[in-house]
Amino acid sequence: MNKDMKILIVDDFSTMRRIIKNLMRDLGFNNTSEADDGKTALPILQAGDFDFLITDWNMPGIAGIDLIKAVRADPRLAKLPILMVTAEAKREQIVEAAQAGVNGYVVKPFTAAILKEKIDKIFERLETK
Amino acid sequence: MIDMSEEKKYCLTQARALVENLEQGNDSEVNSLIESIAKFHESALFQEVGKLTRQLHETLNNFHVDSRVEVLTKNEIPDAKERLNYVIKITEDSANRTLNAVEAGLPIAEELKDKSNILNKKWQRFRQREMPVEEFRELSNEIDNYLSWSVIQSEKVRENFSNILMAQDFQDLTGQVIRRVINLVQEMEGNLIDLVRVSGQRMKKEPQAENSGSNSKADGPRIPGCDSHKDRLSNQDDVDELLSSLGF
Repeated sequence: MNKDMKILIVDDFSTMRRIIKNLMRDLGFNNTSEADDGKTALPILQAGDFDFLITDWNMPGIAGIDLIKAVRADPRLAKLPILMVTAEAKREQIVEAAQAGVNGYVVKPFTAAILKEKIDKIFERLETK
Repeated sequence: MIDMSEEKKYCLTQARALVENLEQGNDSEVNSLIESIAKFHESALFQEVGKLTRQLHETLNNFHVDSRVEVLTKNEIPDAKERLNYVIKITEDSANRTLNAVEAGLPIAEELKDKSNILNKKWQRFRQREMPVEEFRELSNEIDNYLSWSVIQSEKVRENFSNILMAQDFQDLTGQVIRRVINLVQEMEGNLIDLVRVSGQRMKKEPQAENSGSNSKADGPRIPGCDSHKDRLSNQDDVDELLSSLGF
């Protein structure tokens, strides 16, 4: 996990994008971009070499879960580490996200410590593979 | 349903016959003509009322069998109240978290400022060679203490800012909840409009103002886009101006 890694933050609420961006900056990650929907996020991911995706679930155009499925289906993006940050906490949703291939799942409201913990975990697992 | 133009033709015929008989003074003819015109109108009216009643009855029946309305009443409206209470709760929590962080952070910031000032004055005297050696030894210790103290304090300040950052998460959560309630209200609005339309009442333009004892009705915070701000002042300056014009 290198501090310069390119991160895309996707959420339809701009305040939430801002909070996550600031938390990432706090953790030393300054190379962040934003998208306000799964629909706008997909072409951005396809165009630039991103190292990490953080996405919400509920979005009006393409929902987070469908964005994840699209990413995993695209051979150029399939290995992208993905963290879901969402208010959705039903068991079946978490299962669906796991089956779709997320690497981590954080439930809102969350703390800075939890976000850091989950991110560290994701990259630890990836590095030991 | 009797055709309007037929009705008119019929009325015209009867009216002409009525005038003729009146001119000729045929009282009994006149009376029976008037009676038959009245009966004709009565039956047309009855048919109209009957039609409207059937329509209303059907719509009311549809309301009962429409399970969506039942779900709305039993689940979603109580749900909506819960959701709005939740919005009140977490906005309050967020405000408190922010205020706590500010109340913790401000004194630290003030102390940092004060201590820095005091130390700076002494340091400047040293720089201008106005400080004897013993005093400098003391100053040296003070600087030492200040540095280790400020390392700890500045971490506290950073932490408080971080807490304020996180406290803003209410906007996203309440936004999602409120969107759902808006959808619910729109659905109910649709149902009510249908009901009102069928029952034949026209929608009144202005709601009747309730007489609540005081002349002013409490409106809550100013929400752009709502009619409620016709009489509202837009900011503190305007309020102050009004108060001072009243002699405060």
